[in-house]
Amino acid sequence: MSPRGGPAGIVPNDPRGRVVVESSSVGNVSLLPGSGGEVADAIAVHRSQWELFRRRFMRHKAALVSIGVLVFLFVVCFGASVFAPYPPDAQDLLLGPVGPSAAHWFGTDELGRDELSRIMYAGQISLKIGIAVALLSTFVGTVLGAIAGFIGNATDQALMRLTDLFLIVPGIAILAIALKKFGHDDVTIILVLAALFWTYVARVVRGQILSLKEKEFVEAARASGASNTRIIVKHLFPNIVGPVVVNATLAVAAAIITESTLSFLGFGVQPPATSWGNMLSDAEGYVGTDRAYLLYFPGLAILLTVLAVNFLGDGLRDAFDPQSGHS
Amino acid sequence: MSEGSAEPLLEVRDLSVVFPTDEGPLQAVDNVSFRVEEHEVLGVVGESGSGKTVTQLAILGLLPTRATITGSARFRGRELIGLPDDEMRPIRGNEIAIIFQDALAALNPVHTIGDQIAEAISVHHDTTDREMRERIIELLDLVGIPNPSERADQYPHEYSGGMRQRAMIAMSIANDPALLIADEPTTALDVTLQAQVLEVLERVQDRTNSSIVMITHDLGVVAGIAERVVVMYAGRRVEEAPVDDLFETPSHPYSLGLLASLPRLDQRSHGQRLYRIKGQPPSLVDRPLGCAFHPRCEFATVPDPCATQVPEAREVGPGHFSACHHTDQLVGLTPAQLRERAAT
Repeated sequence: MSPRGGPAGIVPNDPRGRVVVESSSVGNVSLLPGSGGEVADAIAVHRSQWELFRRRFMRHKAALVSIGVLVFLFVVCFGASVFAPYPPDAQDLLLGPVGPSAAHWFGTDELGRDELSRIMYAGQISLKIGIAVALLSTFVGTVLGAIAGFIGNATDQALMRLTDLFLIVPGIAILAIALKKFGHDDVTIILVLAALFWTYVARVVRGQILSLKEKEFVEAARASGASNTRIIVKHLFPNIVGPVVVNATLAVAAAIITESTLSFLGFGVQPPATSWGNMLSDAEGYVGTDRAYLLYFPGLAILLTVLAVNFLGDGLRDAFDPQSGHS
Repeated sequence: MSEGSAEPLLEVRDLSVVFPTDEGPLQAVDNVSFRVEEHEVLGVVGESGSGKTVTQLAILGLLPTRATITGSARFRGRELIGLPDDEMRPIRGNEIAIIFQDALAALNPVHTIGDQIAEAISVHHDTTDREMRERIIELLDLVGIPNPSERADQYPHEYSGGMRQRAMIAMSIANDPALLIADEPTTALDVTLQAQVLEVLERVQDRTNSSIVMITHDLGVVAGIAERVVVMYAGRRVEEAPVDDLFETPSHPYSLGLLASLPRLDQRSHGQRLYRIKGQPPSLVDRPLGCAFHPRCEFATVPDPCATQVPEAREVGPGHFSACHHTDQLVGLTPAQLRERAAT
């Protein structure tokens, strides 16, 4: 990519591609005002992994916007007690259901509750479930998948048959039974969803590790004296961050949606606690009527969260891949 | 060092490696013996599948566990074969390091070159960030990478082929190993880069006083850098000689054939066919009885003794061993004469 032996990285206006320009921009910043003596110092600046990561991430505009959106959603939802125009359960039975207005931006439901406030409070549960399930299932799935893929043989067989078991049993049925048995609080929902979701991550990670561990750089690491743990943590994990992060963001989306489905079916969080999912289920009868806005706003909240998380995942994946944007 | 300077750095004796396969046991290495002295470059030559690489991996305990390894490999008097992994690890990369053939594959794509060198060092040593950084730059500078402080922060894919190989060398010498095993370090490179990489290796050896085992199938590389050569065929050592002796008085028909088949630039050879060793290398699962080379050998007497007895290594000159029943007949025979013999 860069000419052999040449100090390509410090040619500021090299037309051959972004690589060269990218790799030199640390130096360039200080090059402009600096004199000759400072040039060497500027070049000696250690481009840390973090900085490279940050630069690649900043290139991904959709991911940047998504971070803004997610931060906004989090602040608004978890700060609902401050920001919400009304308490979540304040009823105005005389008002009843009215469409969006200046007093009630998102309208009110049949009990006269402010839809915007309810969405903000409900978001606490939906977001909590989405993030917690994604983190938990990704962690468990990554560890178990890596163990299965790296050790192989009987361990691999045992773990993969276990994931098969989870995959062949209908998830909704398990969820319904588990929630009936253990109660409907959000911790149970998180644990049960995570128990279902880890298998997807585990399979992805196992597959990646299986192919990566045969790579020569793993043998090279072993030849340089690295232990198995070190090989997994330092050499294999950084190579699977991309797919793992993407899977985690998909899990956020899937968890929020599954929780919505469960709530819709009546197995999810139970009133008076509210999630976006059971706001949707409450409004199910309004499709095609003039109260359809009760359906749209929680739906939009879910859509916005899921999209933002996915874009964020995209950006993270690219940022973790040193070759992104170079081809 | 009880015997004074007589003790070699590495002494390999009767090393054998067998892999189980569906077609039966595959004998990748068969009773190979050789020694590597302090500060010397030993060339190991042979075609693909002759057991060069497997021999070296066996020494470092890097073969899969299904391989059966017998024999002995003593490094500074310490037996390496059968050493448990946690005792082997401090040796790997620290006292014995490997330079891999395909640097692009052997470098981790998600780490910068500097971080990979740092990783190789931090496996064995605790250093401050500053010392580490200085060491990395010093190493990259030593192997001739221009602008080392900037290059250290680039990824393998931002390096050219020759630079990657040099970075690989920098990584393997990071801990000043006493023995460097270079596994065809120049094979993936074009000729000018080959020369540069060999030069770097020589400079590194000068500077660090390490010994090098140079695995290659390129006799030109051996001639350029090695002091002694081991020639391998079908998992066995067929000849071992000081490098000049090998080129002047090859004493095994296989070495002779290899030398005869080299194209010569200094002789008019238009219209003349290149010499070639007839036949194919044998399967290691179903190796010919007796001398493995006998079906392809110009001098073989079949069946006795070539097809019945495995030839013992015999000393034919100082430090010059040949495993051939008919070594005596080869004395004084030059590759050129072999070519003429084949032409008529």
